[in-house]
Amino acid sequence: MGEVVLRLEGITKNFGALKANENVSLNLAKGEVIALLGENGAGKTTLMNILFGQYTADSGRVEVFGKTLQPGMPRAALDAGVGMVHQHFTLAHNLSVIENVILGTGSLWSWKLRNKQARQQLLELANRYHLKINPDAKVSTLSVGERQRVEIIKALFRQAKILILDEPTAVLTPQETEALFKTLKEATEQGLSVIFISHKLREVMIIAQKVAILRHGKIVATKETKETSANELAALMVGNPTSPPAVVKRKSGPVVMEFLNVSTETQHHSKGLKNVSMRLCSGEIVGLAGVSGNGQTSIANLFAGLITPSEGELYLDGKPIERWSPRQSVLRGIARIPEDRHHAGTVADFSLTENSIIERYRDQPFAHHGWVNWQAAASFTKELIKQYDVRCPGPNTRIRLLSGGNMQKLILGRVLQNNPRVILAHQPSRGLDIGAVHYVHKQLLEARQKGAAIILISEDLDEILQLSDIIYVSSEGRLSPAFQRGKVTPSQLGGWMSGASFAEQETMHAS
Amino acid sequence: MEILEIFLTASFWTAAIRIASPLILATMGELICERAGVLNLGIEGIMVAGAFVGWFGAYIGMGLWGGVLLACFVGMLLGLLHASMTVSLGLSQHVVGLGITLLATSLTYYAYRVALPEVTSPPKIEAFQPISIAILAYIPILGPALAEQTPLTYLAISTVLITSFVLYRTPLGLALRAVGENPFSVAAQGLSVLGLRVGAVVVGSGLMALGGAFLTLSAFDSFFFGMVNGRGWVCIALVVFGAWKPHKAFLGAILFAAFDAFQIRLQQSSIGAEIPYQIFLMMPYFLSITALVVISRKAEVPAALMAPFYKGER
Repeated sequence: MGEVVLRLEGITKNFGALKANENVSLNLAKGEVIALLGENGAGKTTLMNILFGQYTADSGRVEVFGKTLQPGMPRAALDAGVGMVHQHFTLAHNLSVIENVILGTGSLWSWKLRNKQARQQLLELANRYHLKINPDAKVSTLSVGERQRVEIIKALFRQAKILILDEPTAVLTPQETEALFKTLKEATEQGLSVIFISHKLREVMIIAQKVAILRHGKIVATKETKETSANELAALMVGNPTSPPAVVKRKSGPVVMEFLNVSTETQHHSKGLKNVSMRLCSGEIVGLAGVSGNGQTSIANLFAGLITPSEGELYLDGKPIERWSPRQSVLRGIARIPEDRHHAGTVADFSLTENSIIERYRDQPFAHHGWVNWQAAASFTKELIKQYDVRCPGPNTRIRLLSGGNMQKLILGRVLQNNPRVILAHQPSRGLDIGAVHYVHKQLLEARQKGAAIILISEDLDEILQLSDIIYVSSEGRLSPAFQRGKVTPSQLGGWMSGASFAEQETMHAS
Repeated sequence: MEILEIFLTASFWTAAIRIASPLILATMGELICERAGVLNLGIEGIMVAGAFVGWFGAYIGMGLWGGVLLACFVGMLLGLLHASMTVSLGLSQHVVGLGITLLATSLTYYAYRVALPEVTSPPKIEAFQPISIAILAYIPILGPALAEQTPLTYLAISTVLITSFVLYRTPLGLALRAVGENPFSVAAQGLSVLGLRVGAVVVGSGLMALGGAFLTLSAFDSFFFGMVNGRGWVCIALVVFGAWKPHKAFLGAILFAAFDAFQIRLQQSSIGAEIPYQIFLMMPYFLSITALVVISRKAEVPAALMAPFYKGER
């Protein structure tokens, strides 16, 4: 390997009682891709924010090209040639691509925007690294993949020699991920060094030469990808390796919830449903597969009480549901694990305690004569933290400070603690690492054992196939027939996902 | 027909532009603040302070332009106070803004009483006189009305051009537009969110004070209580009306002022004799609200407006 371009030495950072980083050291060579691997909350993002000057480390130092970086100053990092693509993009949506790229690159006190030269430079970069982008497009009109390209160009435009990518593939489609890897490969051949933060083993094995594994804020191992395997990395990352929970055979109970010829209106981001019927039995996981945007959100919203059918009926225990609302859904024992835990699942600036009782704050035991019983709420929360292993400084922490996995654990605990009759699990493992995914699956299977009727909506076909007793596929707001576990192949499901099998079905009916 | 004739007289448009001038200045000030992500509800109080300080400067012999500069300076000081609480400390922009308005208004009245304890009728100064710029008269329709205005009106109009130019043609303006939309975009590029926002609030507040000073130095020639009379709040509405764009906000100010000038003339017409005058006073506000509802529904609000930025937190 070539010269060392970046050296982290003994970085330590504490947030209150939480040790986010402890004595972390790392070397990055020219043209190298190092993957920083770790579970959620292992301290990957914190470490990179220290490197980029957004946080100041309690101790330790960062050295770029042999010079110590001034701590706590993004500007210093940028000038030294460090570029960062944050997990949540830092683009101003009201500006065009080129405006975002030139923002802050020259003196503020100039009478001229350097649009013309910048455009030339931007197009050259885009050409060189095959990053297709229209410099005049407004960022608000771009897709997520395109926005990420803008972020990368932004860094390259500033002549970044070291590029940090924080969970870059979390928001990308498989095709976009492939394109990103191609870009990175070309860029490193031209001398760029990359730190690739991820918890996806498969990707790490493809893109990186070296892997540093971070666990509980400490680097537990550094491995060459050539000399290791995904299994070994998984074991190192999780500490005590977990395996997927076993699915125990179980006889289904009576029908709990049923949709009969339900149609809904297409709204904003959710495709309307067309004459959909499905039934959920006690002790059964019903998997709903499909490419996102094909009606899954509408089905989830129906369970959650957020919408009502425009036609057709919902039945609970054989009785038609009237006056359906989110409140009714909670009262009738429907546990809701929403798709977006940051926005629909929690209130970011509320404490863990407040978030724990948010669905039931006006019911016993959390409310008493119209007053909140904070004692009951606090002890409930402490119980959840203990039982579901939520890693946090304490029940009064604002939930926004928790990692995604820990947030999801609290949401799981919140709804499972009441022994719900129906569970809506909408993308319950999205964005989580293996350990957390196994944990979520285990909890769902346990609830199934206890007799809950579960609907699992997921874009991950493996997840659906592994857990579901019954599988439906949604496409364009329509629902495929129900398939029994083991009686359907992934390629058959694929036919329904693409809509092709629906067409066949129709011609068969017609003839 | 009597009503239509009002619109055709040059004096009507001259009055409209005069009435619009303080609104234009203060609206540009508010627009700059909001573009940077700070709602400045101190505007009403800052205008009161500007009105008094500007007049007082001229009254004690600093000259008219001395008064203008003094007003601007005091406005910037109040802006700095606002920014240090809302931007640096991240306090509620509503509470701080209203607090500044109350503080600046009462402090101004107090200062007036302390400075002039004996007076019963407000003393007068020699205010700015219209200067005629003959060449402007060639502009169609508005030309004659533009040609006979006081220097502060020309200043107000040039403020619009300068604000527009800076916002859309300079790196500073680019950073300002970005910081009001997504402060992280600015921070990630190594710029100071704090610096940009404080700067915008200080400069914006200076312009608000100039709007106030226009009233005492150009529109009237003395200071009296209650003379700002809600103009600050109108400016906040005008910023929304203009969809946070300088030229549209400028047109909004002209429109509002035209309604105002129109209702004054309508009161003096034959119709005015039959209808209570309060109806006429209400008109500009009523029409502005209607226009606001119709026009600003699709406006793009700066996404980070009123969202404080804390370093090292997301």
